[in-house]
Amino acid sequence: MVLLQISEPGLSSAPHQRRLAVGIDLGTTHSLVATVRSGVAETLADAQGQHLLPSVVRYQADAQPVVGHAAAEMLQQDPLNTVSSVKRLMGRGVEDVKGLGDVLPYKFEQTQSDMPRIKTVAGSVSPVEISADILRNLKQRAEQSLGDELNGAVITVPAYFDEAQRQATKDAARIAGINVLRLLSEPTAAAIAYGLDQNPEGVYAIYDLGGGTFDISILRLHQGVFEVLATGGDSALGGDDLDHVIAEWIMLQDGIELAQDLCLQRRLLKLARDIKETLSHADSTEWTLERPQGGEWRGSLDRETLGELIAPVIKKTMLPCRRTLRDAGLNASDIQGVVLVGGSTRIPLVRRMVSDFFGQSPLDDIDPDKVVAMGAALQADILAGNQSGRDLLLLDVIPLSLGIEIMGGMVEKIIPRNSTIPTSRAQTFTTFKDGQIALSLHVLQGERELVSDCRSLAHFELRGIPPMVAGAARIQVTFQVDADGLLAVKAREEASGVESKVEVKPSYGLSDQEVETMLRDAIEHAGDDVAARNLREQRVDADRSIEALRSALAQDGEDLLELAEREQIETRVQELVTLRDGEDPLAIKRAIGVLNDATQEFAARRMDAGIHQALAGHRIDEFKD
Amino acid sequence: MQADLGKNYFELFEIPVDFQLDLSNLSSRYRELQRRIHPDRFVNATNQERRLSMQMAALVNEAFQTLKDPLERGRYMLGLRGVDVNAETDTTMDPEFLMEQMVLREALSAVRGSDEPGERVTALAHDVASRLDKNIAFLKVSLGQDSDGSLKRARTLVREMQFLSKLQLEVEALEEELG
Repeated sequence: MVLLQISEPGLSSAPHQRRLAVGIDLGTTHSLVATVRSGVAETLADAQGQHLLPSVVRYQADAQPVVGHAAAEMLQQDPLNTVSSVKRLMGRGVEDVKGLGDVLPYKFEQTQSDMPRIKTVAGSVSPVEISADILRNLKQRAEQSLGDELNGAVITVPAYFDEAQRQATKDAARIAGINVLRLLSEPTAAAIAYGLDQNPEGVYAIYDLGGGTFDISILRLHQGVFEVLATGGDSALGGDDLDHVIAEWIMLQDGIELAQDLCLQRRLLKLARDIKETLSHADSTEWTLERPQGGEWRGSLDRETLGELIAPVIKKTMLPCRRTLRDAGLNASDIQGVVLVGGSTRIPLVRRMVSDFFGQSPLDDIDPDKVVAMGAALQADILAGNQSGRDLLLLDVIPLSLGIEIMGGMVEKIIPRNSTIPTSRAQTFTTFKDGQIALSLHVLQGERELVSDCRSLAHFELRGIPPMVAGAARIQVTFQVDADGLLAVKAREEASGVESKVEVKPSYGLSDQEVETMLRDAIEHAGDDVAARNLREQRVDADRSIEALRSALAQDGEDLLELAEREQIETRVQELVTLRDGEDPLAIKRAIGVLNDATQEFAARRMDAGIHQALAGHRIDEFKD
Repeated sequence: MQADLGKNYFELFEIPVDFQLDLSNLSSRYRELQRRIHPDRFVNATNQERRLSMQMAALVNEAFQTLKDPLERGRYMLGLRGVDVNAETDTTMDPEFLMEQMVLREALSAVRGSDEPGERVTALAHDVASRLDKNIAFLKVSLGQDSDGSLKRARTLVREMQFLSKLQLEVEALEEELG
């Protein structure tokens, strides 16, 4: 017998509204935004019909920054104020930037923090702000083309991005005013775009060689769950490096001295890229170059010679492929399909080496420039709750081990690489001085044993430990990595139950305070009103809570709550509904907090019920066997 | 606050507390649980539910990692019975076992200089793996019983497995290095 559900007036779950969600591929050389329309993922074009937005921002003295093609055209004329390949700087320190050498012809400002800032005529800008300018441009494009405000976005990152790089990406989105539904790894996005999740099961390799990063990921699909088995790569290896090899070759051929001349440097890199792209479909190419000392130089290159030049760079990608297969406990022959991602995979030599390694021709029928954004759009659509048909879950991993500094400059691993996220690990520490009330932890990421060989992520200061004799305190520190791969640290003294305050000092990133300030600046800069925006955000938050609770009550209120409990929650919801229409953002925020506290038990019961149901379905399956 | 966060790993997956378990059944339950509780399923939920989902998903991941690996599972099951495998109060090891370990380690360090390092390292890998398998088989028996003696035996077996599995990592690293 089917029981009809009748809900009380005013409590019916709201008619399902389609939420505007997009996927954003924030790339080294170009970026894209895509969305799902009538079940199909498609990238969105700008007013001129262009889909690819060059990831280039030009800063001007007394005007808004220019993003995209118009900026890219100024790269050679205005190299100091025109920033490209900013993705390579995300979550990086001043020292790393020096390591990139002449890849980035900018002037860096000396600052107190380790975060590099580029000097421009519009003042100094951080990589996070530059990325935020690119994201803001894509957000506007999406809202113009879809005709409504954006609900949220899935933003892709290289699978091999460390925590600082992911955090920097999320901070950029926050400054651009984008609600991040999830940071998704680029290879996983590509796998979704190819619809690999619609096969019954299999193991796939995703080879992603972009402008500035290389990733290899091994994914297993089973029962509609995509598990990343292992991931590896090199977050500083990509098509840019090929351009440099070619540019160096040109300079050698032509006897050009390098090159304090930034404009010449930019011209050479542009020429190198053109040559590379031409030789992906032609056998040979010729060009003329204006020499700095006057006159012209005619040059030519064929595909075979190009292959010899770039082979050493491409070979570097094979070691991570081998290591990642081993981490996954598999051989190349276990792989059922290989997907190519990234513009650099158009190069014939790359295709040949990948085919040889995996012993099969790779899948390549989706444009490798667009495939990641399309996959991200599909995932965004699923997360926003628009796609009830496609029942897919992604289980991602942390690409590099997390550890803390211990005595002697050594690193003790706390969460090993390729652990499925979210994950958390608790560790107990004690004090070594009488009356010690604070503790400092240095968190690092990497596989090596020495602190100096790993990447410093942050220093965590735990304060408010109750004073005790040395060694008596038992401070349990919980390291939690969320589904975006971002780290949070919580600490509690076990005997007293006192929670410590944890203050985070990111090594190469922004503190919450700095992000907050940048957000304010950005809003004011755009001529928007900070207070009005704050109110709007609190209302959005309130609406989400109200809608979520109404639908939870409609679903489970009857079964899981006593009448009195239910009435109490309904009262709190009603209070929030009233305040939501008021003008006081703080009052709304408080009411959301009160509602959250009031629903703690209900949330827990719903979670329990969900678990039992999930496993109950399983038991029925077992009986069938 | 939350009943399921306090459950032991076996209860979480609703399977019997038994060292012998069906890995494919466990994996399948793991996926079913994640499909239900993963934070991706709670993007539009209340903050409360989103936080809870992250905690549960992390717990389920941790539980799965522990139960699917025989060494971790053994150590965890002893912990459930109040036995601390790595208690500093009792670190004695059987001298005969330590002797064997020394021989194995000498064999490992002799691989590099030998005539056929590839074959030697493969043979060593097999040797270590079969020793681990033997301990796992014994552990199945000891953990199935409920006397003080059997618990003590189980603890010794797990401690030996810790040595062997560390050695196994080093053998694998050398295998990779030799290509």
